[in-house]
Amino acid sequence: MLETIAQHPIAAALLALIGLALVFGALLGFAAVRFKVEGDPIVEQIDNLLPQTQCGQCGYPGCRPYAQAIANGDAINKCPPGGQTTINELADLLDVEAPTLDEEHGEEADVPTVAFIREDECIGCTKCIQACPMDAILGAAKQMHTVIADECTGCDLCVEPCPVDCIDMIPVSTTIKDWKWELPAASHEQAANLIATDRGRGQIQQSGEAA
Amino acid sequence: MELIKVWDIPGGVHPPENKHQSMAEPLGYIDIPPQLILPVSQHIGAPAKPIVSVGQKVLGGEVVAEADGVFSANVHAPTSGTIAAIVEHLVPHPSGMRDTCVIIDTDGKDEWVALSPWEDFAERDHDDIIKRIRDCGIAGLGGAGFPSAVKLNPRANHTIDTLIINGTECEPYITADDMLMRERAEDIVAGTQILARLLHNPAKVIIGIEDNKPEAIERVRKAAEGTDILVVSFPTKYPSGGEKQLIQILTGREVPSGQIPATIGVVCQNVGTTAAIYRALRYGEPLVKRITTVVGEALEQQRNIEVLLGTPVHYVLDKHGFNDKKASRLVMGGPMMGFALPDTSVPVVKTTNCLLAPSKKELPPPEPAMACIRCGMCAEACPAELLPQQLFWYAQAEDLEKLETHNLFDCIECGACSYVCPSHIPLVQYYRAAKGEIRQHRIDKEKSDRSRRRFEFRQERIAKEEAEKEAKRLARKKAAEEAKKKLAEQKAAAPAEASAAQAPASAVDADKQKAKLERLLASAQESLKKAREPLADDATDEQREKQAARIKQAELKVSEAQKKLNESHPGEGTSAGNDPVAAAIERAKAKQTMDPADKLRASIESLQKRLEKAEQKAADAERDKPDMADALKQGAIKLQEKIAAAKQELADLAPPKSAPSQSHSEKPVSASTDAAQAAIERAKAKMSMAPDEKLRSSLESLYKRLEKAEQKAATAQQEGSDKAEALQQGVDKLKEKITSTQKELAELTPTTVAEETPQDPATSDAASLAIEKAKAKAAAMATMSVADKLRNQVDSLEARLEKARSKLAQAEQDNDDNLDAFKTGVSKLEDKLAATREQLAEHE
Repeated sequence: MLETIAQHPIAAALLALIGLALVFGALLGFAAVRFKVEGDPIVEQIDNLLPQTQCGQCGYPGCRPYAQAIANGDAINKCPPGGQTTINELADLLDVEAPTLDEEHGEEADVPTVAFIREDECIGCTKCIQACPMDAILGAAKQMHTVIADECTGCDLCVEPCPVDCIDMIPVSTTIKDWKWELPAASHEQAANLIATDRGRGQIQQSGEAA
Repeated sequence: MELIKVWDIPGGVHPPENKHQSMAEPLGYIDIPPQLILPVSQHIGAPAKPIVSVGQKVLGGEVVAEADGVFSANVHAPTSGTIAAIVEHLVPHPSGMRDTCVIIDTDGKDEWVALSPWEDFAERDHDDIIKRIRDCGIAGLGGAGFPSAVKLNPRANHTIDTLIINGTECEPYITADDMLMRERAEDIVAGTQILARLLHNPAKVIIGIEDNKPEAIERVRKAAEGTDILVVSFPTKYPSGGEKQLIQILTGREVPSGQIPATIGVVCQNVGTTAAIYRALRYGEPLVKRITTVVGEALEQQRNIEVLLGTPVHYVLDKHGFNDKKASRLVMGGPMMGFALPDTSVPVVKTTNCLLAPSKKELPPPEPAMACIRCGMCAEACPAELLPQQLFWYAQAEDLEKLETHNLFDCIECGACSYVCPSHIPLVQYYRAAKGEIRQHRIDKEKSDRSRRRFEFRQERIAKEEAEKEAKRLARKKAAEEAKKKLAEQKAAAPAEASAAQAPASAVDADKQKAKLERLLASAQESLKKAREPLADDATDEQREKQAARIKQAELKVSEAQKKLNESHPGEGTSAGNDPVAAAIERAKAKQTMDPADKLRASIESLQKRLEKAEQKAADAERDKPDMADALKQGAIKLQEKIAAAKQELADLAPPKSAPSQSHSEKPVSASTDAAQAAIERAKAKMSMAPDEKLRSSLESLYKRLEKAEQKAATAQQEGSDKAEALQQGVDKLKEKITSTQKELAELTPTTVAEETPQDPATSDAASLAIEKAKAKAAAMATMSVADKLRNQVDSLEARLEKARSKLAQAEQDNDDNLDAFKTGVSKLEDKLAATREQLAEHE
């Protein structure tokens, strides 16, 4: 045996390599079958980050199709409702540089909006109901419609089909319940205050932190 | 006096205490303000629901807003008065926003509802006590305003072994609890005892007080003498008054991140709350007033006061000589954790432990923030052992995930880090903002998940609806196919039954094809019927000719369909098609031997027989196969119509024969008509032959007839008979007919030759008869004088009218569907007859 190997080193090496290749090939093949993952988990993760307004501003018919598109290599900055936060999260997830929002698909709204139907003017055509991806509009033919504000994502899709233009997108006003503290101005923006004569011109901070 | 071990907390700071200013004077009281503003949300949890109406008189202690759910607290009227409004009003909140408030115009009488004191409160039932605490609207007076009833009713799986009453009051300036402990130590001790009982007498009941309040410690110790309550003092350090910190100091146990103290068997209550609970149970007093520290160099008088909840801050400040110019700002709470008030119109609420009106010197505006130098002082100061500079970093970058992994939510926002920061960075503000951001993010996430579910559900629903529709469509299609198949089977069965003797049912395998062909035939017959319909109404013969052409086209279609049908089902085709043909031929032959009138009658009779037969067949089929009723009925009606049309044609046929036989009732004429009739009948018979043969024989017969007619005419002329003219006319007629027939047949030949099949005898022979007859008539008309023509017309019309009337009568008897059509036909004929008679009269 050893003699044979010693006499035919090249053939022996080839045989050994082929043997190894077969063994590992079989192992990999088995692993591919045994640990097969159904579907594309990355799409699920991307979809979880998207705001689910289903507004179609990205050019895809809903958030999941866009998630699919991102997974297939589309740009991650096409989602105005999600804004920069979503882009950052997507960039984090996909380990890419976070681009700024592509203005072509719309601007990030400063405040969220909800649809509001001026009920006096509603003719009960049900067009907005059919347009709403959230089923957030209630009503029936020839009956006044109304928006379930809690379910409305502010996607805008109901505005265009309305034949009497009785739908407004109204900004959601902050109530005392959902008010939150603002981030203080960044320290580099406060640098101007370092000059003694500029003191007091800058923003006066909340008292709570000072002692 | 038992001594217990006191632990230390990590971090912490020692800011100037500034507690002496407000402790110089004893507890003060201020007058009832003219107006009280009661926010419905003075606690953590759901806002209370106002249950009073504007203009309503309320007494002190009356509930004005009811707790909405478990996590809520009642709001009571602190004194008597009238509800002035329930409006959005500025409330003490860092946002400076408005919230619903019940505003009471006080009447100064301070009339109260009858309270129900419990002498035996200690013996009361657990649930009753909890209920009264709840009814009295007691919420934590320490700062957060947690509804006390909830806190005192821990979950069954939380065994409480330690009750801690928090008298720490670690924040600078605030002395409200200190004053309470000095003034009402007995209330606190009694309250502590009842709380201990509520919590099933935990092993340790501790009142913890910082060592900077020796007088309070003394008083409380004295009051607690003879009880199991431990009054523990420990070194002053900010923020040892925090619930979690105090628990750590007194028990050495840490509350796990994101958990409540009850999970480690501890319940913590503020001394103020404890006293309020005692008063609520013992005297039935709801929570309508509290002790608040009013302090700051901008005030002339600094002290603790007992103030009605809802008292506007400006009223309190006015009572203490507030100097607006001197004040740097107005803070509710202490300098470490309080917040600046946007306006002095906000009221004092359940959680207001201090009103701080510092001078500019006392509390200068914050220094401008500089860059973080990573000195780590904040980390040393943090009582929660967090990494403030890292949190600051991530908060700036809005890296919410990292913030959470660095346990941002364990931050108690004590402000120790900001206090020690050499760069004056408002760290707590960053954390508060970041917390708000994360909470918002969570809400958004929840909403987006809900949105996704709704969207997916909607998609599913739409898909389902589509699928249902599709399924219905398929089911309908299938049902239609099945029905067709059945129909075809039954149709195949019906003729087979009718001609069972001749043709055994042999078409089962080709049912579908047959059904298709039958449909084709039916539609062709339908169009034929349509083409025929206006024929009865037509006045002139030219029009009739056109109609005839149309009919012929339709007939061709019918014959084609019939042919195909016959081809596919030879047995049936012959049985269904040839049988009547043969019968017709026989009958035609029989007719040849009769005299013309008889012949006509026989012909009508035969047609009627056929009609009857068809009707019976339809009726039989209807009876036997009710599911096929519609199709067969239609078929029957079609047959009826066909036969009616045939009758009409026969009626048309009658005049040229009956008119001569009536007006010139001599033998030669009748003979000639006889011969012509025979020829017609022969032609009819020949229709069932091959088309080219048929055509040729038809032409031959016509030539023969012409010869005969010419002979007769010649003899008549020789005899000098007055019939000669008429006979000559007949000859001309025949000639005309021959030419036209030749033309017709030339047209017909290519198609019929191609078809190579016998036509439907029922339709084609009758129709071709009508055509020939119409043509002959047209030819005759051409040769006649106007008067003669008119007379002829009158005669024919009379005959037709008679026929039509008899048909109408019959139809009336049978209650035929086409009764109306018959009636209109009769009336039209009558009109026509009248018109023609008039014309005739004019000419004569």
